[in-house]
Amino acid sequence: MIYITGIGAISAIGNNVSENLHSLKNKITGIGKIKYLETNYKDEIPVGEVKMSDNELITALSLNKERAFTRTALFGIKAAKEAVDNAGITDINKYKTGIISATTVSGMGSSEKYYQKFLHTDFANDFIKTHEAADHTEKIADSLGIKEFMTTISTACSSSANAMMLGARLINNGILDRVIVGGADALSKFTLNGFNSLMILDREPCKPFDQDRKGLNLGEGAAYLVLESEKVVKERSKKPLAILSGYANANDAYHQTATSPEGYGPFLAMSNALKNAQLNADKIDYINVHGTGTENNDLSEGKALKKIFKNKVPKFSSTKAYTGHTLAVAGSLEAVYSVLSIQNNIIFPNLRFKNSVDDLNLIPETELIENINIEHILSNSFGFGGNGTSLVISKIR
Amino acid sequence: MVYINGTASLSPQNSLDYNKFLEGIIEYEKDFLQSIKPNYKEYMKPIAARRMSKTVKNGIICSQKALQEAKVDIPDAIIVGTGLGIVSDTEKFLENMLNNDEKFLTPTAFIQSTHNTVAAQIALKLKCHNYNFTYVNRGFSFESAVIDAIMHINEGKRNILIGGTDEMSEHYFHIIRKNGRWKKTKVKNTELLNYTTNGAICGEGVNFFIISSEKNENTYSEIKAINTFYKPENSEEINIKLKSFLNNADTKINDIDLVITGHTGDAVGDKIYYNFLQENFRNKPASYYKHLTGEYQTANSFALWLGANILKTQIIPDFIRLNGNPISKIKNILIYNHYFDINHSFILLSQA
Repeated sequence: MIYITGIGAISAIGNNVSENLHSLKNKITGIGKIKYLETNYKDEIPVGEVKMSDNELITALSLNKERAFTRTALFGIKAAKEAVDNAGITDINKYKTGIISATTVSGMGSSEKYYQKFLHTDFANDFIKTHEAADHTEKIADSLGIKEFMTTISTACSSSANAMMLGARLINNGILDRVIVGGADALSKFTLNGFNSLMILDREPCKPFDQDRKGLNLGEGAAYLVLESEKVVKERSKKPLAILSGYANANDAYHQTATSPEGYGPFLAMSNALKNAQLNADKIDYINVHGTGTENNDLSEGKALKKIFKNKVPKFSSTKAYTGHTLAVAGSLEAVYSVLSIQNNIIFPNLRFKNSVDDLNLIPETELIENINIEHILSNSFGFGGNGTSLVISKIR
Repeated sequence: MVYINGTASLSPQNSLDYNKFLEGIIEYEKDFLQSIKPNYKEYMKPIAARRMSKTVKNGIICSQKALQEAKVDIPDAIIVGTGLGIVSDTEKFLENMLNNDEKFLTPTAFIQSTHNTVAAQIALKLKCHNYNFTYVNRGFSFESAVIDAIMHINEGKRNILIGGTDEMSEHYFHIIRKNGRWKKTKVKNTELLNYTTNGAICGEGVNFFIISSEKNENTYSEIKAINTFYKPENSEEINIKLKSFLNNADTKINDIDLVITGHTGDAVGDKIYYNFLQENFRNKPASYYKHLTGEYQTANSFALWLGANILKTQIIPDFIRLNGNPISKIKNILIYNHYFDINHSFILLSQA
């Protein structure tokens, strides 16, 4: 049994978990005009930015201003620390503890600012060292004092769902007793222009699972969860928040950026995660769908949902209408939201939905549902390269 | 038990064919070493070859060869480690974006720039829907893939495709050289250990393996254990890590017949290796290899390729010998690597 004992998050809808929860409950979206990212698209493309500047983050975290911290690393340190505090951990190395973080851009937000100066002039600074993906993981590990195990995952939009799956497997294999898992990604001009060149960015706040959806909004942030073994949970006598009861990773093997029309990869990820959790499909009370708001994803994911759940698709919603697509963070951020759903007996609404997709006739929840008992949640993350991972998060019985 | 049943390597040496590799070291005097280009036409259509970056192409070729050797059609998992990802396409998109002020951008380079492109393209080529993973943690990228593969075998899977892959670009080399990682001047690879300056020899390469639960006629070796550790305080901590690593693997210092270390020509980094050998393996034969490949985040995958081949053939070429200590039958090999004293790892290989 893999227990979730702590959660931490920073996103466009809040700088910590309780702010995120407040926004989710009150339908407060984080999508809006670009404030911090330097780009020509400031007035044209809405995004889900974290509402703190780098300097504010450095001050809030009492970090040394002289050291090179990328925005990704700052998000990561903030959310990972919150998760560790939330788990009530005081002596982190009392148990074999690891850190697994996910990212797609890592230091790109800083690299793109200095790249031409680095390349064409004698100029040098410590941001030379922060480009590689591991930089943010090392910064988190150093700030938490973790030395036992570290790795970084980059499987596009499923990255931090994979971090959670790997963390669970490392505990199940007896390699670790405890692991902090999640992801961090800051918006960069590189990512914004990349997605823009693919023509899948909505010029308005996105509308997941709506017939008239026009694409996704990019988001940013970080989210981490503390996973602990049964042994550690018993010894620490700290009440866990939820259970990571199932996981599966599958590849769509269809196209580098598009999902197959019938959603075979998503179907495999979901059905194998249910198998791994030893649950029949009818036991799922709510699905936090990947639901990016692109033409392609929502249709494929919807078809896969219908293949698994037939005409009894459980209540579902996409929280990306709040946060934007946080890329590598999406899996762990939505896992944090799933834990909040279970703890508070609520289902978060899918903002801005009006009409169901013609082929699908699937209607997400559009209002907050309260006082609903949720035993099992399925959470989906699918991405470029056909990488897809589904998680099952369950209430502690 | 965990076995290596297939291997493939593309490096600055003739490593695609082990017999050719044994013929001798290819000498370079360069800023950084680059992998020898295979004849792409033998492996893929020219259009595909033009479209893909070197890392992706070489990853596909090495995955094919490793699968063929092990007689595996569809692996149960595809796991790739890469410290840098697809540098060439990342730079292409970044430079287009910066030079054209965010205008006139086409998505091709962006699509191919994501770190998981190699693993994804292999899955696409094989139509493999199984577990697919990409690790991107500097000098732990490939090691994480090995750990993951071993867990898969322990979980009941049979054949896992793993690879370490990194390419170096002119621009990234130039930028990283500024912070002192690489030597300031061209390096003569055959003289690597004679340098007394700081900075490593830089390189690149792609090495793939089939990790299997069962032995077959092509088995190279057994992987007995692997361990990674981050930023050790001093040599004492490294020695303690070594002792507990060998202890857990039920192996004694005396059982080790060959040590493969990751000397890079960097005075600071190599001192760690020399101390390690002096303090733990004074009379044991030792080998090094980064004069063949240069240093890169996943260079340890070349060491695994080398160790696996040595255990299978019992041949240690002279050009990788680090000392003259007498060699007996090679049953156990310890690979010790560190990436700029940040990421340290041990791998223990045994005769299958």
